Amino acid sequence: MLMAHSFPEEVLEHVFSFIRSEKDRNAISLVCKSWYEIERWCRHRLFIGNCYAVSPRITIRRFPELRSVSLKGKPHFADFNLVPQGWGGNVYPWVAAMAQAYPWLEELRLKRMVVTDDTLELISRSFKNFKVLVLSSCEGFTTDGLAAIAANCRNLRELDLRESEVDDPSGNWLSHFPESCTSLVSLSFACLEGEVSFSALERLVGRCTNLKTLRLNQAVPLDKLPNLLRRAPQLVDLGTGVYSAEVRPELYSKLAGAFLGCKELKSLSGFWEVLPAYLPAIYPVCAGLTSLNLSYATIQGPDLIKLVSQCQSLQRLWVLDYIEDNGLDTLAASCKDLQELRVFPSDPYSAEPNVSLTEQGLVSVSEGCPKLQSVLYFCRQMSNAALLTIARNRPNMTRFRLCIIEPQAPDYLTLQPLDAGFGAIVEHCNNLRRLSLSGLLTDRVFEYIGTHGKKLEMLSLAFAGDGDLGLHNVLSGCKSLRKLEIRDCPFGDKALLANALKLETMRSLWMSSCSVSFGACKLLGQKMQRLNVEVIDERGPPDSRPDNCSVERLYVYRSVAGPRLDKPNFVWTMDEDFALKLS
Amino acid sequence: MESTVTYEGDLNLKATELRLGLPGTDESEREKPMVPVAVRNNKRPLTGSTDESKSASCASDARDGDRETRPAAKEQVVGWPPIRSYRKNSFQPKKTEADPAGIYVKVSMDGAPYLRKIDLKLYKGYSELLKALEDMFKFTIGEYSEREGYNGSEYAPTYEDKDGDWMLVGDVPWDMFISSCKRMRIMKGSEARGLGSCA
Repeated sequence: MLMAHSFPEEVLEHVFSFIRSEKDRNAISLVCKSWYEIERWCRHRLFIGNCYAVSPRITIRRFPELRSVSLKGKPHFADFNLVPQGWGGNVYPWVAAMAQAYPWLEELRLKRMVVTDDTLELISRSFKNFKVLVLSSCEGFTTDGLAAIAANCRNLRELDLRESEVDDPSGNWLSHFPESCTSLVSLSFACLEGEVSFSALERLVGRCTNLKTLRLNQAVPLDKLPNLLRRAPQLVDLGTGVYSAEVRPELYSKLAGAFLGCKELKSLSGFWEVLPAYLPAIYPVCAGLTSLNLSYATIQGPDLIKLVSQCQSLQRLWVLDYIEDNGLDTLAASCKDLQELRVFPSDPYSAEPNVSLTEQGLVSVSEGCPKLQSVLYFCRQMSNAALLTIARNRPNMTRFRLCIIEPQAPDYLTLQPLDAGFGAIVEHCNNLRRLSLSGLLTDRVFEYIGTHGKKLEMLSLAFAGDGDLGLHNVLSGCKSLRKLEIRDCPFGDKALLANALKLETMRSLWMSSCSVSFGACKLLGQKMQRLNVEVIDERGPPDSRPDNCSVERLYVYRSVAGPRLDKPNFVWTMDEDFALKLS
Repeated sequence: MESTVTYEGDLNLKATELRLGLPGTDESEREKPMVPVAVRNNKRPLTGSTDESKSASCASDARDGDRETRPAAKEQVVGWPPIRSYRKNSFQPKKTEADPAGIYVKVSMDGAPYLRKIDLKLYKGYSELLKALEDMFKFTIGEYSEREGYNGSEYAPTYEDKDGDWMLVGDVPWDMFISSCKRMRIMKGSEARGLGSCA
């Protein structure tokens, strides 16, 4: 039998360098102490799914040679304003520590974190070989911070601001890219509101001959697009600016000609304010498109159908519900490679439907698209029968998020809860990893989920269930569960406390507007040392109310870093100290 | 489903050594939480009941309740439907040619205790609109002329356009007016005269 230490370290290190996946790397490090040591010295990429699960100090101590770090901050429900402003997730402590420890850091990918201009400035000055900055759904910075990045990061390859909230005071940040900068491969600023200097943009695009991704913002008018495309015919991923202008034949032919020159284009997005008359300009690229994001395009069914029917290679489509059922029929007939479909509501707040999009559209796509595995679908009616059909059609489904707009809407045909329908989904789709439920649901659906959802990693619940049994079924049955987020469900103390150990195997649990009492939170925090049990309550200190009073929000996550030190005044960590102080 | 439902009395609390709450707290029926559930029509009682018939009746209560008091707009519930805020900003309900919905604008009159709302789509032109305003507010508007505005009356109809400027009604073509009018104000007295007459 070979002993691990009979191989010289260099050989092992070389072998490890072929192991890229984080999971595998983690497994290697558990084999024995010497492998742990060797592995940690040659780990270069790290993904931290919850920035409070570990501290910068611990991270740096274990992994001294990181070059690429990904961090996630706020819980997912922050996207829907359920996490109060100021909760946390400030990345500055991480950047400050890494500035000392990782001068050769190349990549930083942040999601739902608070990033200030000072932080961006620090990044731009601390890491000489900085190449990739991705700020996904982040906030707290302005274009001044971006200017620092543009000016100081000499080898910047990727700057991606997807869906971040950015203040745009000056608008001149793009001009801070020096004339010598030719390294950009990906530039995405679709979320910015302000204008950029068009001439600076054109020159930048022109000199970055490796540019593959360019996503413009709404402030870039359509008449600027042809010139940009002509300077970057190698583009693979384009996000247009506004796709509307007065009808001018010479603009149209310039645009059409420019698109004709983009032979590598695989992904299109943007399309704010679309004037249908300009759509045919993109027809030449449609056949090669694998990804199309029309979720801002308020174009109606017939135009959508014309467009989509030409995109036979489409793998991903994001679209508004203007596509309607008959548009989805066309999609099902034309796009046999479709893997991901997202249908967003055009008018979610009106009481009556404004378009003819029903469960039928989703059923059609599930029938016609054999590779469909990822769905996000907003609609106003659903039936158990439809869900059963979808489940039977697509057992390869891995992500299924259904949002029936009216909370607790029953099966519109039978007026029954949708338990059986979602039950069919988890039963037939054995590889389901992510599920979001909606509609009228009793505890029964959670029996099904606990029984069949063995690969389920993320579950989102709203206005569902009858009592603790539902939560208990999920926590005790879903072996692979990592993230559970719950709002407005009648789940309380019993299930939570009975499954406390389970929480240590998960990344996090979010419960808001449920029935979890302050007393139970204290108990949980007291007993589970490796969990941070955060009570988030804007009504003031929870101990100013009786123990059996429900908390507004509860966020529980495993952590080796202990209670965090940057809590705002509406967050309390239930730890031993807290319980002792009050008893 | 027979096999799974035995948990109600057997949550293994002893095995995990966790107890609920303080001595004297009743475990059985959880009270309605003090936190208001942020759904306007959530009739489901938030108790730990798993009795199926009770859930079915709860469901029907919820449905009946919903039908009676369904809100016209769903904006009361925070974070529902789960849509990112940057998507919400791009919702401009598309008004097509055949859109049956009207263009409602507020109309205020100096001195009147409350405002009115009118649908500009109901009128084919300025004369119809002005007649309707006269009827609604019981006053008379003078004759419109490009040179002098509304002569022969204390009142002048004005509107706020897309740029936020206050304009005299009647200067631009009707279609342009209804697409740029955000609201109206019937000015009275010397202010009105100043607007109408040439300097």
